[in-house]
Formats: sequence, structure tokens, C-alpha cells
Amino acid sequence: MHTIGFLVLFPLIAALVLAFMGNQVLRTVVVRVSAVLIAVASVWLAWRHLGGPAAFFALECHLLDRALLAGDVVIAAFLLYRCRGIVGKEAYIPVLIVVQLAVTAFAELGGHPAPVKAPLYVDGFSVIMGLIIGIVGSLICVYALAYMRDYHEHHDDIADHRRSFFFTLFLFLSGMFGVVFSNNLAWMFFFWEVTTLCSFLLIGYSRSEEAVRNAFLALGMNTVGSLGFAVAILYQSRFAAAPSLDLNGLVALGPAAALVPAVLISFAGMAKSAQLPFSSWLLGAMVAPTPVSALLHSSTMVKAGVFVVVKFAPVFRGTTVGLGVAMIGGLTFLMASLAAVTQSNAKRVLAYSTVANLGLVVACAGVGTAEAVWAAILLVIFHAVAKGLLFLSVGSIEHRIGSRDIEDMEGLIVTRRGLALVVVIGICGMFLAPFGMLISKWTCLKAFVDATPVLAILLAYGSAPTIFFWSKWMGKVVSVPSGSQRSAGGALSGDEWAALGVLATVTVLTTALFPVISSSAIDPYLRSLFGQGVSVYGANVAIMLVMLGLLVLIPVAFLFHPGKSALTTSYLSGANVGLSTAFTDSMRRPQVVSLRNYYLAGFFSEAAIMKWGAIIAFALILGSFAGLVL
Amino acid sequence: MSGPVGALIYVLLAPLVGGMLGGIDRIVSARMQSRMGPPVLQPFYDVLKLLGKRPTVVNHFQNFYVTCFLVFIIVTGAIFFGGGDILLAIFALTVGAIFLVLAAYAPNSPYSNIGAERELLQMMAYEPMLLITAMGMYVVAGSFNVRDIVRFREGLLGYLPAIFLGFLFVLTIKLRKSPFDLSMSHHAHQELVKGLTTELSGPSLAVVEVAHWYENVFLLGFVYLFFAWLGPVIAVAATFAVYLFEMLIDNVYARLTWKFTVRVSWLAAGLLGGVNLLLVFYMFRGRL
Amino acid sequence: MSFLKKSPWVMHYDASSCNGCDIEVLACLTPVYDVERFGIVNTGNPKHADILLITGGVNEQNMNVVRTIYDQMTDPKVVVAIGACAGSGGIFRECYNVHRGVESVIPVDVYVPGCAARPEAIIDAVVRGLGVLEEKAERMKKEPRGGKVKA
Repeated sequence: MHTIGFLVLFPLIAALVLAFMGNQVLRTVVVRVSAVLIAVASVWLAWRHLGGPAAFFALECHLLDRALLAGDVVIAAFLLYRCRGIVGKEAYIPVLIVVQLAVTAFAELGGHPAPVKAPLYVDGFSVIMGLIIGIVGSLICVYALAYMRDYHEHHDDIADHRRSFFFTLFLFLSGMFGVVFSNNLAWMFFFWEVTTLCSFLLIGYSRSEEAVRNAFLALGMNTVGSLGFAVAILYQSRFAAAPSLDLNGLVALGPAAALVPAVLISFAGMAKSAQLPFSSWLLGAMVAPTPVSALLHSSTMVKAGVFVVVKFAPVFRGTTVGLGVAMIGGLTFLMASLAAVTQSNAKRVLAYSTVANLGLVVACAGVGTAEAVWAAILLVIFHAVAKGLLFLSVGSIEHRIGSRDIEDMEGLIVTRRGLALVVVIGICGMFLAPFGMLISKWTCLKAFVDATPVLAILLAYGSAPTIFFWSKWMGKVVSVPSGSQRSAGGALSGDEWAALGVLATVTVLTTALFPVISSSAIDPYLRSLFGQGVSVYGANVAIMLVMLGLLVLIPVAFLFHPGKSALTTSYLSGANVGLSTAFTDSMRRPQVVSLRNYYLAGFFSEAAIMKWGAIIAFALILGSFAGLVL
Repeated sequence: MSGPVGALIYVLLAPLVGGMLGGIDRIVSARMQSRMGPPVLQPFYDVLKLLGKRPTVVNHFQNFYVTCFLVFIIVTGAIFFGGGDILLAIFALTVGAIFLVLAAYAPNSPYSNIGAERELLQMMAYEPMLLITAMGMYVVAGSFNVRDIVRFREGLLGYLPAIFLGFLFVLTIKLRKSPFDLSMSHHAHQELVKGLTTELSGPSLAVVEVAHWYENVFLLGFVYLFFAWLGPVIAVAATFAVYLFEMLIDNVYARLTWKFTVRVSWLAAGLLGGVNLLLVFYMFRGRL
Repeated sequence: MSFLKKSPWVMHYDASSCNGCDIEVLACLTPVYDVERFGIVNTGNPKHADILLITGGVNEQNMNVVRTIYDQMTDPKVVVAIGACAGSGGIFRECYNVHRGVESVIPVDVYVPGCAARPEAIIDAVVRGLGVLEEKAERMKKEPRGGKVKA
């Protein structure tokens, strides 16, 4: 339990130290040391508890409950203060904050739920989440040192608030650890609000009009969600048959008792993970600095959203409401994948892809079978790693080529080999066999086709556009105009290399070791929930390892034996101008070849897809709530 | 056939079978056009000739991508003919196909670039139907393993007629036959010069040819699964009949647009594949 | 044994031809003559071609094009100049913009006289070109493989 306390409290201390630390050198040291300590602690926790049963830690402290309620008030007050900056249509935000606070206070002060003896716990799933937050999160914080330095060099019009930036980053880590290790719903709610607060602060970092508006959009949608959470706590404190705020106990009760809070809290989870109809805030959040996008909006905070939905998966199994939740997830997956095809802004592609993959996790949680939960957890792990890697690479690329547009990344494999390599590893890690995301998608497919074939069909349709937009991007990176040279200058800093290198290695290693991960971490968790685990078919694992081996060995072989080939120019109907990428046009002028990917804007309309997706999702939500009431 | 043996037979014999099928394809097409056509072994002569040309590249990464393309197509077929998991085979096929697309992107040439975009669009078009086909076979035969699907005695075709039709649709795309030979064609269609393979020459082109032979044998193996219950002789004959049918389609139609290809393929996947899948799921699991 | 004889792929380029010779070249592909019997395929891509069938004379506009296409063809390769214009400029030889025959730009291996050249003559020329191709292949095998940049 001390480790959990350390994981929650130490980042808070680091945050406070960093809040007052203006000196760059000292800040670098503190961030690096803290990151290492947090990572080590999360690994230590995993070492202690992996493979074992869930461990609950008793804490006799009513004061803490009251303190966290006070914390809710402080957060609400601060947010209301910041709501001075809202414009007309955002007026619902302060209203919701006040209503939410009232609901929470009413629940905690008036209700008499059974006291939660063990407010903190550790089980297989939360340990995995802890590892993700501890390792991926810490790496991103280290990366942020170098990124923010370049950021302020490039944007000298943006005020330097790095002290509060790093304070908020570490505060966020603290909040995340709190979310995944809390067994008491009220405690989880407090940490949940901390992450919402951090997201709001970080999105609005640059203080530009666009950033502020998007920060409020994120705040608004997340508050809509957390209102659901607050209502769930109210229900559990006063109106439930057996009032209790014990999360794991609730899950163990099954659909009969836990369906109402499950739906309400999952509603909050789905808002936080930007499922339809709440997807627009995540797209808008891409205006934030890239470490923020990587940490909050792909690897960690949005994972908290799906974390709670997956926690309630056993409650959703076999219910109509669960089917509704799954359909929302599946619909989100399809729509977001289609929308991503139309984007040439790399961060928007990554954002849509994140929304899509989270949709898949939610769909698995809605299905709720052991197989589906297995798939969901695998998805969470692999997505956090690969997407984090991709966001960080895009951030580094942006600072070197001055653009985050995919069309400007042409020839990166020659001009910036290292960055191109990590981008390619990240992209392959997102959709290609034998990497983890493909494994997870495969297990999803199997889980769906056993339970709800409509979802399997949605998955089949949704994974088609993913192949398209990922390969397009990869193609652009490997497309080399003749005469391209290695770029001088703009070398990556040590911090960036550390983060990118470790994440790339972890992407490959987790793929190779996924049977180990499955049997040591996920299987025991499934056994405790469902009484049965999921085994990995040995022959398939062997084949996938062979494929991974080939993907590593063949490039190495070509590196050492490039082979001798004559060089020639590309076919331009014979009108080539010398050895360059130009050709002579019909007016005898040289024109440079300019190639652009297809974005199918006329075929898929991003606006129409997201609009219709939101409408259908909204209908599904209404249907789910109706199914709950009736 | 047991795992590694089946895979080995595939690795050794598939190029021969694939090449012969290519030769038969050219002769049948020629006869349809009132010509004589080349000798049956012509594709082998082509490949051997290409191997004798001077290796020439536009971009030094090309040969790497082309090699990976061949390797992963072989892996695909080896998984399939070794009786392994059909979904894993489909995913390995995707890996191989992506490498060919990268080989087309690498030289930064307009024709191969458009060929690559169209190839990706083709992949987007056939992916849903392909996955639904595998799932349909799973629901009916009870297993994703080819070994078990082949042994299913009650007749896959009877339970999956609409999926079979949808599969024929995407087979046309996969075999690169008109009207869906958008990204490259073995015929004289020169709309994009040679599309994907415009910047490949000599030995790398030979490798792509051989990889296509492996791929065609794999795809025909897929078709065989629908007829496996009829016994090997009739099933092979039926598969060959399907291939002849594809040749007929190829010679009758002109190349269509990618928009049409994607729309019609997705429509087929939904109406034929999706409905069939839901029906067999209901039949076999008693619920929806 | 070289397989070039069994699978000669052809690229046809019209330099400044009146299309007379071009129609005769395409006639070879039709069922009447059907050169695919010999494995001849008309690819439009110099990188895939062994034999360049070129018609028409060279003028200012296509001088570089002809040279580039020839350079982009992979070794061993053979050029067949079809018709009077490709051989020497034909009746347009005296024109200010015509640089006489194709040989002023690229090395020619076989000439096909005629205006327009007949399909039988074209097929015969290709067969002779195959002989030259075989010789070049033999020579190529003897030299070391290397990379030279071609414009």
C-alpha cells in the first residue's frame, strides 16, 4: 500500500516543487529524477502484485473522505473562477459545475452508504494501468522538457508558463494513479475531477483564442460526463437497494444491482474517452502542445475513461444496455476511422484514430465476456504505447520541419532517418500484424463474432479505412524525391531520444512478449472476474514471433547487404529534366513533380460522418437509458 | 495435410501452379480475342528473362520492400496451406500487400504513386468482405483453422451462398482482373502506364511476378474451401471453374473507377456478406 | 541460356511519326499477326521493355524524350527503327525541325525500311533484334555488375 501512496503523493510533491522552480537546469533534473522514480515505483508495484489476487488496503480515515469532498469544492470553485472567460454558448458549463457540486455534496453529506473499508486496491488491470501511467507517462514528461524548450523558441509570442505546465503534468499523474487505485467511488470521483482540471489547464496553455475555446469545450463535455458520475454516487449513497460506494464490490454484484451506477459511470467514462457524441473535444484538444496530446489525450487520461467502462464489463454482459454501450463503441470506431481518412493534419489523424480505438475498447466492455475484456485490456496496453510513440514523433517532426501536415513529411526516411524509423514503427504498431494492436483487434473480432456479429461487421468495416490512412502516411514518409539528402542540424535531444527510443522498443517488446503479458497479468484478472481465463493458441504465437523476427531481420540484412543496382530516374513519359524530380511540360518549362495523397474529401465528408455518428450515438444513449428505466 | 508439410508443399509448388495458371489465363484470354496466345509456359519464360536483366532501381529501398512483399505472401500461403488460422493468414496478406504499396510509394513517381493510392483503395474495398467471409466460415465450421474448415463435411457453400458471391466480387479485385484492376494489370491496360510496378524492373519485377503467383494460389485455396466438402477432385475442378469465370469477367469488362469499386464492394459486403453472416449466426447459435 | 528470345517485351514510341508505321506496329498485336505467340508483350514502360520500337524522326521536342526513354530501359536492350522516318528522316529529312533519323540520338540495332513498314517486316526485324539482344546479354554476363547513374 505504501507504493500506492507513493505513486499518488510523490507526483503531487514533485508538482509542487516544479511549480516554484523557474530554473531550467534544476527543472530538468527534478523532472528526470521524478520520472525515473515514478517509473520504478510502478514497476515495483507490478512486480509485487502481478499474477496474484486483488489486494485491498484498509484505511480508517473519515477525515480523508471529507478532505476529498473539500477538494471537489476547491476544484469546482477554481473552475467557476476560470469560467469568467466563457462566451455565450458555453454558459451551460458553470451551471453544470454547480449542479454537479450540489449533487456530490448532497450525496456525501446526506447519504448513508456502507463505509468502504478498503478505499485503495490493486488488481491485475489497475496494475497494468499503473505501469502505463508510470512508464509511458513519465517518458512523456521527460520528452516534454525538450519539446517545450523548442516550443517556446519557435513561438516567442506565447508566454512561458512552463512552471505551471510541469506542475499540471505531475498533478495529472497523481490524479491518474488515484483513479486507477481507488476502490471508493467518491475518491475516484475526486481524482477524476483532478484529471478534468488538468486537461482544461493544459489545453488552454497557449492562451490563444482557439486554445481557450477548445479548453472550455473539453471542460464542458467532461463535466456533462462527470455529472453522470456524480448522479451515480448519489444513487449509490441514497437510493440503491444496498447503498455502497465500494467499486469492486459493486462490480461483483452483477447486473441486478449494479446496472444503474454502471451505466451512469460509463456515461462519464465515454465522455472522457471522447466517444460519440462527445468526440469533438478530443479533436479540438489537438491545439495543445504535443506532450499534452500524448499524455492526456491518447495514452492516459482517455484511458481512464475506458478503464471504468471495462471495470463494469461483467455488469454489462448479456444485458441490452450493455449491447447499447457496445454499439456506441462500435459506431464510434467506424465513424472515427472513416473521418481519419480525410485528414492530412497528422495530429488530427492520431486523434481520430485514438477515438476509434477507444470505441473498440468500449465495444468490448459492452460485450462483457471474458474474451472481450481480454481484448479490451490488450487494446489499452498496445494503444497507449504505440499512440504515445506516434504523438511524440509527430511533435519532434513538427519542430524540425515546421509542419504537422503529412504531406510535408515526404522523404523523411532519407532526410531524417531516425525520426522516420520511429514513426514507421509507431504506424506499423497501430495496425500491422504481428504488432500488438493487430493482435488486440484480432481478439476483438473473435470476441465479437462469438457474441454479437453486428459488432463484428462494424469492426470489419471500420478496420478497412484504418489500413488506408496508416499506409498512406507511411507511404509519404518513405517516398523519396530524387536528390534528397540527409538534413543537417536539428538533431534530437537526449530527452527526446530517450522517450522515443524506449517507446519504440517497448512497442516491439510488448508484441514479442504479449503471451507473457497475457498469462501473467491479464489472465489472473479474468479468472477472478469470470472464473475462466483466456489462453493464447501456441501455434499462432509462434507464427507471429516468426513474422516479428522477419520484420526485424530482413531490414538488418538489407542494411549489411544492400546489393548493387544501377540507379535511374522515375518514369515521367521521358520528359525528365536531368536527374532531378522535374519534367518539361508542354510549354517547355520545367515543373517539379508534386505528389499528394488521396484524402477522399468528396467521398467521405468528415462533417457529415461525425454529425450522423453523433445523432445515432445520441439515439443509442437515449435508448440505453430508457432500457435501464423500463 | 499436416501443418509444416502442407506449408512446405505450398512453398515449393505454388510458383509452378501459379505460373501455369497465368499461362492458361493468357491462352484463354487470347482465344477469347480470336488469337492463338503464347505457350503455356510463357510466364516462366518472362520471369527467367527478367532475372537476367541488369538490376536497376529508382530508389535504394525498393528491393527491400519487394523482398518483404514476397516473403510475407509466402508466409500467408504457408499459414493457410499449413492448416492454420485463416484470420492470421488474411492479416499476413495485408502486411505483404502494404510492402508492395510502399515499393510503389518509394520512387516518388506519379504513376506508381497513383497506383499505390488505388491499391490502398482496393484494399479498403475488399477488407470488410474478406473478414466477413472468414467469420462466416468460423460460425458454420466452428473454427478459424483452415484444417477444420476443410474437414467440415456438411457443405460450406450451402450455408454461405451469399458470402460466396460477395467473395467472388472481392476475388476479382484481389486477382487484379477488370473491372477492378485499378492499380496494375497484367494486360496491356496502360492507363497508369504500369501502375504499381511502373518503377520496378528486372529482378525485382520478377520477384513481384512470383509473389503474385503465390498470392493467386492462396486466393484459389480460399475458393477451394467453399467446395472442400465435394472431395478434392471435384473441389479443384470447381475452383478452376471459378478461375475461368474470373478470366471471362476480365475479358468482358473495362476498368472502372475507384469510387465505383469501393461503393459496390462495401454494398456487397453488407448486403451479401453481412446478411448471410447474421443468418448463419442465428441458425447456429439460436440467437442474434 | 538466355530467355530473352522467348519473352521479348516491346515498348513502342512514336517520335514524330505520321502514325502510319504505328498502325502497322499495332496491327502486329491483332489476331491477324498475333505476336503474343512469341511472348511479345507491348508494355508502355521503358523499364519493363527489352526492345524499343521507334517510329518517326527525331525533332527538337522529342530529342530528350527519346534519349531519356532509351536510358531508362534496362540492359540488355535493343532499338528497332521502324520506317523511313526513323531510319533517316524519311521525306521530312530536309525540314528545319527534324534531326533526321533516330540514330542521331540513340544507337539503333535494326532498321526497317518502308513507308509505311509492313507488319511482316516489323516482325522480321524484331526477330533479328532478338539475335542482337542475345549477343548483348552474353556480353553483359561477362562484365562485372555495377551501378552507374543514368540520366
